[in-house]
Amino acid sequence: MIRIDSVTKRYPDGTVAVDRLSLEIPDRSITVLVGPSGCGKTTTLRMINRMVEPTEGAILLDGADVRQQPVNTLRRSMGYVIQNAGLFQHRTILDNIATVPRLLGWDKRRARARAAELMERVGLDSALAKRYPYQLSGGQQQRVGVARALAADPPVLLMDEPFSAVDPVVRKGLQDELLRIQGELGKTIVFVTHDIDEAIKLGTMVAVLRTGGRLAQYAPPAELLSAPADPFVEDFLGADRGIRRLSFFTSAGLELTSEPVVDVDATAEQIAAAAAAGTPYLLVTDRDGRPLGWSEPGELTAGAVDPDRLLSPGRPFEQGRDSLRAALDGAVLSPTGWAVAVDGTGKVSGVVSQAAVGEAIRAAHAEDRTDAKVAG
Amino acid sequence: MNVLHFVNAFFGDGSHWHGYDGIPARLAEHLRYSLIALALAAAIGLPVGLLTGHYGRGGNTLALIATAGRALPSFGLLVLMFILLGFGLVPVMIPLVVLAVPPILVTTYEAVRSVDPAPVDAARGMGMAESRVLFRVELPVALPLILSGLRSAAIQIVSTATIAAYVSLGGLGRYIVDGLYQRDYEKVVGGATLVAVLALATLALFWAVARWAVSPGVRRSG
Ligand SMILES: Nc1ncnc2c1ncn2[C@@H]1O[C@H](COP(=O)(O)OP(=O)(O)OP(=O)(O)O)[C@@H](O)[C@H]1O
Ligand SMILES: [Mg+2]
Repeated sequence: MIRIDSVTKRYPDGTVAVDRLSLEIPDRSITVLVGPSGCGKTTTLRMINRMVEPTEGAILLDGADVRQQPVNTLRRSMGYVIQNAGLFQHRTILDNIATVPRLLGWDKRRARARAAELMERVGLDSALAKRYPYQLSGGQQQRVGVARALAADPPVLLMDEPFSAVDPVVRKGLQDELLRIQGELGKTIVFVTHDIDEAIKLGTMVAVLRTGGRLAQYAPPAELLSAPADPFVEDFLGADRGIRRLSFFTSAGLELTSEPVVDVDATAEQIAAAAAAGTPYLLVTDRDGRPLGWSEPGELTAGAVDPDRLLSPGRPFEQGRDSLRAALDGAVLSPTGWAVAVDGTGKVSGVVSQAAVGEAIRAAHAEDRTDAKVAG
Repeated sequence: MNVLHFVNAFFGDGSHWHGYDGIPARLAEHLRYSLIALALAAAIGLPVGLLTGHYGRGGNTLALIATAGRALPSFGLLVLMFILLGFGLVPVMIPLVVLAVPPILVTTYEAVRSVDPAPVDAARGMGMAESRVLFRVELPVALPLILSGLRSAAIQIVSTATIAAYVSLGGLGRYIVDGLYQRDYEKVVGGATLVAVLALATLALFWAVARWAVSPGVRRSG
């Protein structure tokens, strides 16, 4: 465990970048430092691997002050990833990744074999091994940066805005990849970002810092969203905090109905039976049960369903795996106000109305409050 | 009576190809002076430039020294050194080294300073020792610029080493000095041509060194 113990950093020009900060960073989880520009996130991160020395206080790694071991030994035991990756332009991708193993004295062949292994782990095509950094896209370079940090299998990974220089689609891919890698490797990751959505998505624990380097709140993301400590945190979380909080509620408990669902080959009787359920629209699926679209019961003629004339089914959610947020999103986006639920294979498992999603949200909130009372 | 005629006459004359005043001997002397001067200048300019560039300090002092060095006339310095030290290689080396240190020093400093700070930061963060950061991270990226500084120094040395002849040493300057004295323009032009060819050869050599020594990753992204 990394313990930041009442640490203050005052730069020579008098700037107080971090002010009596105390944090306990749990092992094998992602701890995110988030806050506005200049609030001391980078300074805090860099004090962990002693790129910056604290003015007061101490940082403990498994109980021992980080200043007790030689600085380069300490750094080699912590992967370090920065914005724009900071790759060595004169070295091939493979040799970039092999850097720390080489520093640790591994022979070239072993270090390269390890680097090749890591390329695969972070999802880089092995054909890129012999290329130079300038021949890679920003997203690929960032993957190399992560692979390089992981190469010597350090228990700790320090990441300073690693994904902030790539476009949102690539960023989402990198975030998912990081969560996957973390699931496999279980590193202790300290992750700096100024993007609250990224913090909430990645963090097991999130530390919100305010300008002047003071801790505003340190909590798991769900708690941050449900109970911001003060107006600063609330403001920082943004306007749609309520919606985002739904990401933490499962859609498993939603009551689906499959009554208004028919397939393209449905007979007149089947259509009539579905219409009898009383919903204004019926959902039509293909022969494999995948959603095609919505239609008013009166518009459907048995044996002559034209998929092109159906209303879009919106974005289906996977019940159990997706959150209430995805279910609500599906309902809001659907032209009929009904969300489509699918199973893992993409087959329709039922539909649910906006009203029913709303009911589930209220129930989840109520349960959350009871939990909080029990816990508190 | 044109220059080409002189060039043909000079190089066509078989007697110019052997003996202590022959082209091979003079060329060898000239190369020797030049290499010693370049080695001395590099021995001063490279380490100082690398260290000041790495630590990012002393830039102003360097600029001052460089300007002063450039302002000193090589020939004047030669005369002064000759008066102070008499005959020998040392009074020739001093003006050549003074001439060559500023381009090496200043470009090396600039080259190391202008290396992207992100990989350098990453290197430190990964636990590289400072010397390794300098030689394995900064130097390879700064190399093209550093070589260009060495190249201009080498070319200036090659052309200026002719002054050795004024203090009774050899080198290609011999032909120019003696030719002027003897009003043998064939010799003057021949000597000047040899100096020019040597300068071009120096250029070619540096081009080849850069191709061999600079990583393709740096060459193409730079
Ligand atoms: N080397 C330094 N010397 C003086 N002041 C510094 C130095 N580095 C950072 N600071 C100051 O310390 C404060 C915190 O800087 P830091 O880089 O830790 O912020 P940050 O939270 O990472 O910001 P950003 O999101 O913009 O990266 C800022 O006011 C900054 O100007
Ligand atoms: Mg920062």
